[in-house]
Amino acid sequence: MSRLHAATSTKTALRAPVSAADPVPGGPVPARGTLAGRPRARRARPRQWTALLWVAPALLCYAAFVLYPLGQSIQYSFYYWDGIGTATPAGLANWQAIFTQPELLSALVHAVELIVFYTLIPVGAGLAAATLIRELKPGPFSTVSRTILFIPQVLPLVAAGVAWTWMYSSGGLVNQILRATGLGGITRAWLGDFTFALPAVGVIGVWVMLGFCTVLLLSGIGKIDPALYEAASLDGAGRLRQFRAVTLPGLRRELVVCTTFTIVAALASFDIIQVSTQGGPGYQTIVPGVEIYRLTFLDQRIGQASALGIFLTIVVLLVIWPIQRLGRTD
Amino acid sequence: MNRPGSLRGDRITRTLLLVPLMVFAVIPLLSMFTAALAPQGSNPPGLSWPAHPHWGNFAAAWTAANLSELFGSSVLLVLGVVPAAVAMATAAGYGLAQLRVPGGTFIYGLLLAGLTIPYEALITPLYYDIKSLGLLGSRLAVVLPLAGLLMPFGVFWMRAHFASAEIALTEAGQLDGGTTWQIFRRIHLPLARPAISALTILFFLATWNQYLLPLVLIDNPAKRTVAGGLGAFQGQYGTNTALLCAGSLLIIAPSLVIFLVLQRSFVKALLHGAIR
Repeated sequence: MSRLHAATSTKTALRAPVSAADPVPGGPVPARGTLAGRPRARRARPRQWTALLWVAPALLCYAAFVLYPLGQSIQYSFYYWDGIGTATPAGLANWQAIFTQPELLSALVHAVELIVFYTLIPVGAGLAAATLIRELKPGPFSTVSRTILFIPQVLPLVAAGVAWTWMYSSGGLVNQILRATGLGGITRAWLGDFTFALPAVGVIGVWVMLGFCTVLLLSGIGKIDPALYEAASLDGAGRLRQFRAVTLPGLRRELVVCTTFTIVAALASFDIIQVSTQGGPGYQTIVPGVEIYRLTFLDQRIGQASALGIFLTIVVLLVIWPIQRLGRTD
Repeated sequence: MNRPGSLRGDRITRTLLLVPLMVFAVIPLLSMFTAALAPQGSNPPGLSWPAHPHWGNFAAAWTAANLSELFGSSVLLVLGVVPAAVAMATAAGYGLAQLRVPGGTFIYGLLLAGLTIPYEALITPLYYDIKSLGLLGSRLAVVLPLAGLLMPFGVFWMRAHFASAEIALTEAGQLDGGTTWQIFRRIHLPLARPAISALTILFFLATWNQYLLPLVLIDNPAKRTVAGGLGAFQGQYGTNTALLCAGSLLIIAPSLVIFLVLQRSFVKALLHGAIR
C-alpha cells in the first residue's frame, strides 16, 4: 500500500512548480464588477460553491477515515489506555518511551537499517545495470525481461514473505545452494538466527524492489538524448564523468521516485516481517509497524502504539521532504 | 567502450546483467512450485523436480485454504472499494483542476498531506472507530477506511490528468451552453479514460494485496482479502510445506495471471504511477 503513497509523494514535488502557476482559489473572491475587463475569465472560471459537490465525497471519505483517526492518534499518544477502561493522562511518557525503551528504539533502528536493503541495494544495482545497458531496444527480450522483473512488485507482500520463509527454512533453497557450493558449514535457519534474521528479511525487500527500480531506471536512461553522451565524450569525458555529468542529472526524477518509494516501504514495513518473523527472534527484526500492531492488539497499550505511529509519520515526512526538494530544483 | 557500433557487445552486456536479475525474481516462485508437488508432510528439497509430482496437492490446498470463499470475498472487497474510490477520485480531481472550488488549494494540500501517512499510524484508532460503529468483522470495515486511504493518491492522480487537459475545451463547452456535468460527461470523461484505467489497475492491486486492514478489522480469515487469507493459511499449515506452497501459489495465481495478461498496461501504470 505504501507503494502507492511513495510513488505519488514524489510526483507532488515534481509538479509543484506547475501547481504554483495555477490560480489560487484560496484568495479573496473578486466582486463581479472587477472582472468586467476580463469577460473570458468570468465566463470560464466563476467560483462556484456547487463545485464543492465534486470534491465533497472524496474529501468526506478522507476526513472520516484518515484525518479524524490521525487526530485521535495524536490525542491517544498523550494518554495511558488499555482500549477498554478509562484513559488516564500520560503527559509525554509515551513519547519519551520511544527513545528510552529498548524494544521501541530498536524498532526504529531496524527500520533505518532496512533502508540499506530496500533502497540502497536496489537503487544502486538498478543504476549500475541501467548505466551498463543504457539502452534496451524494444523487442521480445525487452518485454519479457520487464515483465519478469516486475513480478515481485505485483504480488502481495505477504506472498513474498511466505515464499522467502520457505527459501530460508533449514531445508530450503538457500541452504541447498550453500551445501552444493561447499559452504554447508554456514547453513542455518536464517530467519531464526539472531545475527542474520534482519539481513535475511532485508533481502526479501531487495527481491521486491530490485526489479521495479531496474525497470524504472532503464526506462529513464533510455529517454536521455544520446547526443548528450556523444558531446560529453567529444569533450574527452571518460565513463565516470559521463555518468556524473549526463546519467545522474538525466535520471534525477526517476532516482527521486525510486528512493522515495523504497524508503517509505522500508520505514513503514509490516507485511513481510509480520509473515516471516513477526519481529523475532527476540526483538531482532522488530520494526515500527509490527511493534504498533503488537502494542495495540497484544499488549493493549493504545497510547504507546499511537505515539509510535505518529512518530513514524513524522520520520517519514522528515526523510522524504529533502528528497522531494532535491527533485524539485530545476 | 560501448560505442553504438558494438551491437554484439551491448547484447552480451544486457543479457549478462538482466538474466541473473530475472532468475533472482522468479526463483522463489519456482522453488515453491517444486515443493508444492512433493508428498504432503515430507521435507522437499529447495529446488528439484519430484520423481512423482503430487498434483493433487493443489486440489487439497484449494479445500484446506477455503479458496472458493476467499476469492469470492476478495472480489467483493474489490467491487466495494475500487469503483467507488475511482469515481470519487475522478470527480474530485476534475473539480480541483477544472472548476473553481472555494478553498481548492487548501483542500488539495490537505489531501496531499495524506500521501506520507503510513497505514500503521492509523490502524489503532481505526480499529476502535470501526468497533464503535459496530462494523468490526464486516466487509464494510475494510471497504470504508481503504476508500479513504486511497483518496490522496487517487485525487492527486486524476487532478494531474485533468490539469493537463485543455481548458479551452471547457470554455468551448460552456459557449455551447453545456452544464458542468455535460461538459464533464461528454468532453473530459472520454479523454480521461487512459488515466482512469491506470488508476483502476493501481487501486485493484492496492485492494487485492491489502494485508494490514483485513488482518486487523476482519477476524474471520474467510472474509478477508486473498492476501489476508494467505497469512492465516500460513499460520495454520506452516509445517506442511507441500500444502503451504501449493496453497500460496493458488492464492498468488490470479494476480499473476491478470498481470501477465495485462502486463503492458500494468507496467505502464506502475511506471507512470511513479513518474509522469
